[in-house]
Amino acid sequence: MTARIGVVTFPGSLDDQDAARAIGLGGATPVALWHANADLYGVDAVILPGGFSYGDYLRCGAIARFSAVMESVAKAAGDGLPVLGICNGFQTLCEAHLLPGALTRNQNLHFRNRAQWLRVESTSTVWTSGLTQGQEILIPLKSGEGCYVADASTLDALEAEGRVVARYTRDNPNGSQRDIAAVRNEAGNVVGIMPHPEHAVEALTGPSTDGLGFFTSVVAHLGAVV
Amino acid sequence: MARVVVDVMLKPEILDPQGQAVVNALPRLGVSNVRSVRIGKRIEIDFAGDADLDRAKDIANRLLANPVIEDFALRVEADTTDAAGDAGEDAR
Repeated sequence: MTARIGVVTFPGSLDDQDAARAIGLGGATPVALWHANADLYGVDAVILPGGFSYGDYLRCGAIARFSAVMESVAKAAGDGLPVLGICNGFQTLCEAHLLPGALTRNQNLHFRNRAQWLRVESTSTVWTSGLTQGQEILIPLKSGEGCYVADASTLDALEAEGRVVARYTRDNPNGSQRDIAAVRNEAGNVVGIMPHPEHAVEALTGPSTDGLGFFTSVVAHLGAVV
Repeated sequence: MARVVVDVMLKPEILDPQGQAVVNALPRLGVSNVRSVRIGKRIEIDFAGDADLDRAKDIANRLLANPVIEDFALRVEADTTDAAGDAGEDAR
């Protein structure tokens, strides 16, 4: 039986269809989830996709955090459900306190839209277990509020515990502290990443197929568990 | 009016690129003696009954401000129904 991975659609989500496609290419079955419906339909993992949920009003992800589906996602994440937040999904996970820190306006105020090099720092997550530590990957970045910030003690703890999952490399596009592009929770089942692995899964449309590893990683993990 | 005003500001240690952009624009206005500009949000909460400062504080804590990056201050605003009259001329 193939794994079933949910993709939440919020009002203003943009990348839910791409995430669903990437899930399929990774070998799982995508399941559409709806922001106003708390039912997760028994999915084996959840992706919070990119976009501008609720118009990014107040702060990115601040309203989405209180949606019906997020209550279920937060509870399930605490019980070990794999959750990947991409871009706006990362912002939402931070707002929901499922990940530490916050994402703020890019240092230069520029909306960054380009293929971005990252260095994989942690493969101790269900979303990156199939990648290689130190591997450089090229995946699209498209965000105006991707500057990762946290207080120094939080950053030190993330480093010490190996919870920085990926860093920007070659250059830092948005001023993120310590070049952080992705982080994980303590258990490693919840990951937030600012660039978009789901946009780098096919040679025709992506700058690489480096993003596919995130989806095949979780599928391998779920296959081992189920 | 039962209004509580919440001012949300980025913490001092958090970079404010919007404020920086404003500072950088000021020389073009002929202004050279401004060292720093910080931009925040003013949020007006109108209660149906009496101003409920505790409830407003709860709203600010959980939704209006993100404690990781922002501080907030709140106050009950005195009746402002006749304050709008002169604002247009002052703005010039």
